[in-house]
Amino acid sequence: MQYMLLIYDSEADGKKRPDAERQQMFQDYGTFTREIAQAGKLKAGDPLEPSTTATTVRVRNGKTVVTDGPFAETKEQLGGYYLVEAKDLDEAIAIAAKVPGSKFGSIEVRPVRKMSM
Amino acid sequence: MGISVASPMAPSTYDIDRFYREEFGRILATLIRVLGDFDRAEEAAHDAFAAALEQWDRDGVPDNPRAWIIGVARHKVIDRIRRAARFDLRRDELIRMAESDTSDAPDGSDAFADERLRLIFTCCHPALADDAKVALSLHTLCGLKTEEIAHAFLTAPTTMAQRLVRAKRKIRAANIPYEVPSPELLAERLQSVMAVVYLVFNEGYTASSGDRLMRTDLSAEAIRLARVLVELMPTESEPRGLLAMMLLHDSRRDTRVDEHGEMVLLEHQDRSRWDRAQIAEGLALAERALQIENAGPYAIQAAIVAEHSRAADAETTDWKRIAELYARLHRLQPSPVIELNRAVAIAMAEGADVGLALIDSIANRGDLHDYHLMWAARADLLRRLGRFSEAAESYTMALGRVGSAPERQFLRRQLDEVMRHGSRLG
Repeated sequence: MQYMLLIYDSEADGKKRPDAERQQMFQDYGTFTREIAQAGKLKAGDPLEPSTTATTVRVRNGKTVVTDGPFAETKEQLGGYYLVEAKDLDEAIAIAAKVPGSKFGSIEVRPVRKMSM
Repeated sequence: MGISVASPMAPSTYDIDRFYREEFGRILATLIRVLGDFDRAEEAAHDAFAAALEQWDRDGVPDNPRAWIIGVARHKVIDRIRRAARFDLRRDELIRMAESDTSDAPDGSDAFADERLRLIFTCCHPALADDAKVALSLHTLCGLKTEEIAHAFLTAPTTMAQRLVRAKRKIRAANIPYEVPSPELLAERLQSVMAVVYLVFNEGYTASSGDRLMRTDLSAEAIRLARVLVELMPTESEPRGLLAMMLLHDSRRDTRVDEHGEMVLLEHQDRSRWDRAQIAEGLALAERALQIENAGPYAIQAAIVAEHSRAADAETTDWKRIAELYARLHRLQPSPVIELNRAVAIAMAEGADVGLALIDSIANRGDLHDYHLMWAARADLLRRLGRFSEAAESYTMALGRVGSAPERQFLRRQLDEVMRHGSRLG
């Protein structure tokens, strides 16, 4: 079944990271992505632009309300995602633990709901 | 006790409640394995027990009650699926699963052991909330009803029911595997399982709130769970240590509270009333646990409790060895509470002043500032040293941090005593 791995990290801390470390992280992501792709477990995955570029859309009483940024002032922001194929939660957790960002921030693992049509 | 199979008996003497308690976990484990679904398995098991209640009373108890229940449950689940899920694409698959291998394994065979092992690891999966792990383990492995668990943990039955529903939904939706974790995960997952069992025991042994100091029913269930673990993993030191520790603690159950419901300290307990059979079993287990190479924290804790169980009284207790065991435990599992316990043992072995100096160095770090037992231990040593007004202050600090009524009552009496002493001297 499929699991969404949502990568959260502090953008503020990320900016403070030295260039060498950032370079290393970039390489680690490349390696990780290649590995899960070769193992046939990668369905999709992308980094996201920072939360300052986010827009929130709500429709209330038929009116579209558009606001700047995400909802809440949280310490960690959604920075990217992977959609992976795993046999069960334990395998998904094992994959999540290999996401380079897990060392700095946190990875939320959510099962993708199967819709029966 | 625990997992023996009930033999066929006349209906009038047959204790179906006890049969439910003892067999529910096994039966459920089998049905979950077959159906891969906690809810369906549980529904079917309950249906079958309801049918048993009616039929066994009328027709007598079958030769193999467990096989009977599993067989009936299987038919009930097939009926339910046929009736309710006419358009469910999984229908045929589910029926095939329900009709497949539910053959009752011969008694004592590994098949049942494996199923319950899978069940306990699933119930204690780290992806579940701690309170859900406890509730689900008691519910599925011990057959405790939702109301009973809610009562034990002082929550409303509806809250407990929601907690169970949420946990079972997560197991299904997130596909938490119904299996014993792979070797590289086993050690850390076993920790989680044992922590749950110990939590259940402690809640029974020293209720964290409420008027009663103990809830013996919960302690008994925890001991049963630990017996299952020992039976399932006979070469591991830790389940054995855990079981030994719990048996030894539990052997003193009747002497921990006096006739007024007040707490009695270990040194004042009537040792002739300790449960000798339980102590003998606990000591044997504790010894073997400590002999296994790389004995872990539970094995060491069992060895500590064993020293108390062996001694004729507080004075002849081998406090030096207890202090050494605490030091060993602290190396494995550094914690200020363990340091505190070591300090108390050293106070008993080498004198109250030596112990007090150690406690004060822990207290000065601020680590245990909110831990009532640190203040109570400190107060006790100050009292032994005749420093009554300081002891009174320390008892007051302990009183401000205590949870259960019997412990509060105990501390209040200690405080009264040192104040009387203090005023006599002053």
